[in-house]
Amino acid sequence: MNFPATLAIALKALRVNKLRSGLTMLGIIIGVAAVIVMIAVGSGARAQVEAQIKSLGANLMMLFSASPTFTGARAAAGATHTISEDDAYAIARELPEVIAGAAPALRGSGQIVAGNSNWSTAFYGVTPDYFDVREWGLAEGRFFEAAEINGAAKVAIIGKTVATNLFGDESPLDQTVRIRTVPLTVIGVLAAKGQSPGGSDLDDVLLMPITTARNRVLGATALAKSRSVGSIQIKLHDGADSKAAEERVRELLRQRHRLQPGQDDDFTLRNLTEILQTREESSRVMALLLAAVASVSLLVGGIGIMNIMLVSVTERTREIGLRRAVGARANDILQQFLIESITLSLIGGLIGVALGMGLAELIGQMAGWPIELSVTAILLAVSFAAAIGIFFGYYPARKAARMSPIEALRHE
Amino acid sequence: MEAPLIRVESLAKHYRLGDTDVPALRGVSLEIARGSFVAVMGPSGSGKSTFMNLLGCLDLPTGGRYWLDGEEISRLSDDALSALRNRRIGFVFQHFNLLPRTSALDNVALPLLYRGLTASERHAHAARRLQQVGLGDRTHHHPAQLSGGQQQRVAIARALVGDPALVLADEPTGALDSRTGVEIMALLQQLNREGITVVVVTHERDIAAYTDRIIQFRDGIVIDDTPNARRDAATDLASLVAA
Repeated sequence: MNFPATLAIALKALRVNKLRSGLTMLGIIIGVAAVIVMIAVGSGARAQVEAQIKSLGANLMMLFSASPTFTGARAAAGATHTISEDDAYAIARELPEVIAGAAPALRGSGQIVAGNSNWSTAFYGVTPDYFDVREWGLAEGRFFEAAEINGAAKVAIIGKTVATNLFGDESPLDQTVRIRTVPLTVIGVLAAKGQSPGGSDLDDVLLMPITTARNRVLGATALAKSRSVGSIQIKLHDGADSKAAEERVRELLRQRHRLQPGQDDDFTLRNLTEILQTREESSRVMALLLAAVASVSLLVGGIGIMNIMLVSVTERTREIGLRRAVGARANDILQQFLIESITLSLIGGLIGVALGMGLAELIGQMAGWPIELSVTAILLAVSFAAAIGIFFGYYPARKAARMSPIEALRHE
Repeated sequence: MEAPLIRVESLAKHYRLGDTDVPALRGVSLEIARGSFVAVMGPSGSGKSTFMNLLGCLDLPTGGRYWLDGEEISRLSDDALSALRNRRIGFVFQHFNLLPRTSALDNVALPLLYRGLTASERHAHAARRLQQVGLGDRTHHHPAQLSGGQQQRVAIARALVGDPALVLADEPTGALDSRTGVEIMALLQQLNREGITVVVVTHERDIAAYTDRIIQFRDGIVIDDTPNARRDAATDLASLVAA
């Protein structure tokens, strides 16, 4: 018996009971749609996290100063300056097998003025390593030179947000900005990076040589006299174990700061990769939940198909007897009913894919979630639907195939 | 002399109902020659239906042997029996057994589906057979759009489409009025004249009268087997029309 003829028989049988076929498909439609939404939301969230890791700089750790507890109350991380520029150099020097780079940074904030415009933002005093560690590139202009760091040159590199707010569409290059009365010449604009995972604007920033920040801009404060810094950005080698690296950095710093065992750290170490992985974990939980809904729906859908196919086999007992009498082998009957149930689940699967894609798009727009759907995912969902047709269609089809021709013909 | 188309030897069929053994057929031996037209008669429970099912290779005997066209079928597999039915035997049923919502042409072509012919080959053969039974103008009608007599003609065309050696008709006139019944018998006689062996099960003497030989069954054995001078159904039909 040939396939096109069998398929035609199956389609005809399904057409005869349109409403019944449609209702039977519903379970599969809902299940497959849920699978599609699940994959779209899940891989969209993963792609977003990956993009955020990229924007922050891959494998990044942040080291802040922390105040030791003098009076019982602890100040916020970074409020006092217990870590120094030399800690950064030591980390890079002592742990080269896990650390790709360590860049110290001094943080300040204030009003930046350019001509008639002004803009309040955070500024950082940094070394050239900073750009490597954070993997920040330039949209235009150039990076700091070594001479500018050593000489506390009055130069600055600004983020896109700052550039737009101060200069509009004009090129900021070679323009002068003033910060706490210190004039700085803009030599570069950072490439746009968008939002951090915390929702802050990564482009709202101004960078200057660390010496310029310490000696000229923050000059009045006590920290200018030491080499202490607010934070150190640490970049790990690709594929390095961030947990182990964190331990080694902590050990090195405790040693350098001469902390006794049992004494609290006088610094805070934050592992950004890990924070992001936690977020990815939560989106995976969401996807698992959808997967549970999808599998229950597919199971119910499959049982629905089995139920209807059993009814169909009983209704068409005489037809089966006749087909057997005129020469159909048991296997031909098996194939006929199996193809019918596969057709049922496959059509349901295709409708489910269309519905799922529509729903995913809608969710993406309404909840603002990123949506990502691959061809592989769609093929997977459709073949899963077909597999359900085979699995749940097999028993009724076998029942049909095993009927005795005589009894089937006599059936009223 | 030519070998008989059908030869059965001590053919027996016992059914098991729980613990009891029910003999439906208790040793039947006979031969049916090629090109003959035979009636099988008997009350219900006489074993005639069981005998027909065995002749039609729809069931296997529990005892005895059966040669169809020289081939011993008692030990054939289920698939081999299907192939045998498909190629050697045509069935005509009391209630036609046509597929609903399916054109006369597709109904007639059904057996060829299981021979792996293409759609155009199947339809060509089916159209020719419909022509032969006088329904060349009804190929695209569905069973519901045809009269009982026309439906039985479609069923006969379906029985013929595979070029069988044997046509088995189980009460072919049972669901029809007497005039249409004579029409159907005239058609079967015509096919018989063209060389097809026909075995008809009936409980009506009038219908059996159109055959060459009447075999009577009772309690699972043959109690009578006599040649018959067949009446010509076409002549009867003509006089019915004239009346």
